[in-house]
Amino acid sequence: MADPRVVVVGAGPAGVRAAQTLAEADLRPVVVDEAPISGGQIYRRQPALFRRSYETLYGFEAARAKALHDSFDRLADQVDYRPETLAWNVFDGALHTMRDGVAGKLPFDALILATGATDRLLPVKGWTLPGCYSLGAAQIALKAQACAIGRRVVFVGTGPLLYLVSYQYAKAGVAVAAVLDTSPAGGQVRALPHLARRPALLAKGLYYRAQLSIRGVPVHSGVTPVEIEGGDGVASVRFRIGDGPQRQIACDAVGMGFHLRSETQLADLAHCAFAFDEALGQWAPQTDRDGRSSVAGVYLAGDGARILGADAAEVSGQLAALAALQDLGRPVAAAQIDGLRRRQQTMEAFRRGLATAFPWPAQLARGVADDVLVCRCEAITAGDLRGAATRKGAPELNRAKALVRVGMGRCQGRFCGAAAAEILAHTRGEALPSVGRLRGQAPVKPLPLAAVREPAS
Amino acid sequence: MDSVTHGGARFVRIAEQDRPAVQIEVDGVRCDALEGDTLLVAVLTHASKLRQSEFGDGPRAGFCLMGACQDCWMWTSTGERLRACTTSVTAGMSVLTNPPSEALWPIPA
Repeated sequence: MADPRVVVVGAGPAGVRAAQTLAEADLRPVVVDEAPISGGQIYRRQPALFRRSYETLYGFEAARAKALHDSFDRLADQVDYRPETLAWNVFDGALHTMRDGVAGKLPFDALILATGATDRLLPVKGWTLPGCYSLGAAQIALKAQACAIGRRVVFVGTGPLLYLVSYQYAKAGVAVAAVLDTSPAGGQVRALPHLARRPALLAKGLYYRAQLSIRGVPVHSGVTPVEIEGGDGVASVRFRIGDGPQRQIACDAVGMGFHLRSETQLADLAHCAFAFDEALGQWAPQTDRDGRSSVAGVYLAGDGARILGADAAEVSGQLAALAALQDLGRPVAAAQIDGLRRRQQTMEAFRRGLATAFPWPAQLARGVADDVLVCRCEAITAGDLRGAATRKGAPELNRAKALVRVGMGRCQGRFCGAAAAEILAHTRGEALPSVGRLRGQAPVKPLPLAAVREPAS
Repeated sequence: MDSVTHGGARFVRIAEQDRPAVQIEVDGVRCDALEGDTLLVAVLTHASKLRQSEFGDGPRAGFCLMGACQDCWMWTSTGERLRACTTSVTAGMSVLTNPPSEALWPIPA
């Protein structure tokens, strides 16, 4: 009997470790990744001609990044690696792909989705101005292209990435005008017992904070961003601290983000069941502790399933691969699974700590003024969305999408969905889960019509 | 003329500048890039924006840089769409900040 075909989507920390685990079991997995080089976002590699060291690029994580990259490079003969390939649908037991404008189809016996995450955003007036980027974008510009997003940058949002990226910019010699954290300082104290479960990680976070302060970067907690101002581009940020008066800081760029959100569209198209995670205020695909989804043969790993960060992604990639192997009737060492599960529990405790320290500022999303653009793709305002709830009676997000096109645009709700749900639920006077979530639609990213043709072979 | 090459540079190069030069054209105007640049970086190290929103709400310069938001679309002269943040520059590349078929875009309000 031929070996089963296992397809892994994503070549970040989770995807690489899943592929490695499968290869160690003498399978030859297919690894489909949209990027030209493996590594994912957090350990994204610079293009071939760039020469900066691992220490320069990844700081404390240099050894981890190098280990991950080396692991995947060593697998070259043991995996069917397909870079620059978009996975755009899961249908009829096959993953549908596109590379160089040509559509392809990969029937699978097992599918491991390690699709990663993007920044979780909420709209602030002026956030569509040139010069305003996601935190992830600010980091990619620096890491993968050796560029800063501007000469004088304000970072706004909350979560660990806010401090990491601010620190990386300051260290690279870019003027960081301010770090504006929407979380109140008190939450971070309350979260300490949870955060202390991963002391090394907590220490790194404190180090970034200390370095910002040594470099004279103003860091404010309990911030309400009011407006990103400018004509044809970012010129300043207006904000308040607590109930204080409005302040204004001049800058030519803004990096903004409020934690991350999972890329779950493919899991959705594979018909995986989702559940509302109260602690995170987000919907997530349901899995058992090893990453089995509700659909037989479909496994979820890394930040694409639950936002636990890069270390946890490496663990969950291995767990998902072991689960797949087990379900395919291959021998798997129980002790290995137990060890990985224990590590995953520590990550989970830390995650709860982060949610306490840096809460998602739902109140800011609910309070977005009517004239602010919620949907960047099609310029749909908070007022349009509230109208869908009040005048048109949209009971949930997909109906609101049909009525006013919020989430219908080319990003498919990746950047407006979180805030749109808050606004709709608040306008209707209901709890967040009652308005549901935007369903994933194929293709998960825009395709040229010409790509519908399939290869001749 | 409203060309992307007018106005100040948005991105600032802070390292890795000893790469071979690559010339591209943006709206018919020469733009000096470096090998390994994405199209987005090549344009924004010269200009402040990439394109106009099709919905009349002003200029845009990309947002996520990881191929998710689709806010950095540019166009070839034959109408092929390019996602500037995930497209590497190649010598002689020629791009437009507006799609060549003005009959279709922008969408009237």
